[in-house]
Amino acid sequence: MPFIPHTEDDIQAMLARIGVPSIDQLFDEIPAALRSGKLTGVPQGMVEMDIARLMTERAESDGRFLNFAGAGAYEHHIPAAVWQIATRGEFYSAYTPYQAEASQGTLQLLYEFQTMMSSLTGMDVSNASLYDGASGLAEAVLMAVRAHKTSRRVLLPKTVHPFYRQVVNSIVKHQKIELVELDYDPAKGITALPQEKDFAALVIPQPNFFGCLEEVDLLTDWAHAQGGLVIGLVNPVALALLTPPGQWGSKGADIAVGEGQPLGSPLSSGGPYFGFMCCKQALVRQMPGRIIGRTVDLDGKPGFTLTLQAREQHIRRAKATSNICSNQGLMATAATIHMALLGPDGLERVASASHANTVALTEKLCAIPGVKKAFAQSVFHETVLQLNVPVADALRALEAQGIVGGFDLTSHYPELGQALLVCATETKTAADIEKFTEQLKRIVERRNAGPSCTKLVPGPNSKW
Amino acid sequence: MTIPADLKYTKSHEWARLEADGSVTVGITHHAQDLLGDMVFVENPVLGRKLTQGEECAVVESVKAASDVYAPIAGEVIAANADVEGAPEAINQDAYAAWMFKLKPDNAADLGSLLDAAAYQAIVDSEAH
Repeated sequence: MPFIPHTEDDIQAMLARIGVPSIDQLFDEIPAALRSGKLTGVPQGMVEMDIARLMTERAESDGRFLNFAGAGAYEHHIPAAVWQIATRGEFYSAYTPYQAEASQGTLQLLYEFQTMMSSLTGMDVSNASLYDGASGLAEAVLMAVRAHKTSRRVLLPKTVHPFYRQVVNSIVKHQKIELVELDYDPAKGITALPQEKDFAALVIPQPNFFGCLEEVDLLTDWAHAQGGLVIGLVNPVALALLTPPGQWGSKGADIAVGEGQPLGSPLSSGGPYFGFMCCKQALVRQMPGRIIGRTVDLDGKPGFTLTLQAREQHIRRAKATSNICSNQGLMATAATIHMALLGPDGLERVASASHANTVALTEKLCAIPGVKKAFAQSVFHETVLQLNVPVADALRALEAQGIVGGFDLTSHYPELGQALLVCATETKTAADIEKFTEQLKRIVERRNAGPSCTKLVPGPNSKW
Repeated sequence: MTIPADLKYTKSHEWARLEADGSVTVGITHHAQDLLGDMVFVENPVLGRKLTQGEECAVVESVKAASDVYAPIAGEVIAANADVEGAPEAINQDAYAAWMFKLKPDNAADLGSLLDAAAYQAIVDSEAH
């Protein structure tokens, strides 16, 4: 059944009415390079039985990997009830929240989402979610610049996810905002106290991309003393154990953003995920996205509605806070159900188990000659290891054994040499950690014992 | 009587009053608050900001819309009404008592370029048709 209701006759009638000969000519102002070509990987049409078989075969060819990669997307256990409930028709096909009289269920759930996120981050208010963590950070940067009013410089540490930094740059570079990269302490893997003056905001990742715990109190108080705002980029699961951004330093962070995927979204090849954003009450009118409020109707009964809509583009047009006036409703729904099922204690157990597994994994792996920790700093559930063999080769060899060994840092942080980012969440057993250790040990030993295949390179004192 | 005779007005619905000390007090008119409806937020310019005539300098937000406020004349912002920021509904109650900010005019004669009550009344009447 086609999902576009227009018949060929309808299309011809509409084209005739506006005086355009064909659909292609209607869209001819879109450059050819931007149009999607034929989708050669997708068959034209198949019966359900055939497509089911094809998908099963493709899924099997993906294999069942033991995954030790994190780097921004984390494999956590999702209770079966989460998606069973999230995909009920009432949630799955929920109508736009803009009409409160038709959307009380959706509005109430998003209000509960906001309540949970505010509580988790220790902030005053939350919006109803954004597209993902990276674009959420870009929105936070824009918001901080709007709120600061005088400076258009934002300090973005190198310990922020490299992909996030690329996304932020893409979104803000045409807004005359200067992004200042901050270096990290090579021994600790955390942001060194900057020597900057005159900036709108400092981004503080916690934990940072290396898994390390930044000195958030020190950085927050320093940034506030310089008259800048603080944007906390946080992992929501880690917040079950760590100090929430609302309590960083003496005044707390001004904005908290992050990737919500660890709260009930499956990895699913990188998306859909959702971003979350919370802030102090004083900044709420600068916050992008939907915000749900609780009020009473004419009869005094409690009800929910979109609030502060004057910030949004359908009211203020050119003066809107952001062009985002949507949210990731389904993923936020799943996150709300996920958090409700786990509760604060459950989330804390997930965080503690992830931390303990990563500590155990690190200890085991670092016992292998040729493997060592890159940084002395405490970590949450991810850590950087340095190998004395090429990381790319080690990852390929691990993959052949059904193990995703982590994220290769060599191209993003060449100064770290052969560095690998590994992660063990609560989903990993002692046996899984043992298997990974055995395989990596075998690979490293074999590489170091075998004949060297590196070319002889003349040294600085050779007389060739 | 919603257009006091002792004030000056702009086409964008601000009122301005020359005070005895030479400063100029600014607010939005009764007609403007009537169009906007229940006020929920007022954002005033920061103290010390130098404004040119007609420059966007403040925002009033109602349950229906957000609207910019423009400087009626050029000058420096010397006061902002914190009471109105804390209770924006004061503008709905009495738009001429609930002033927003005060300017130290660059040139007090600029007030002469603004509308008097009769001219502003004519604009309000024409908008009503």
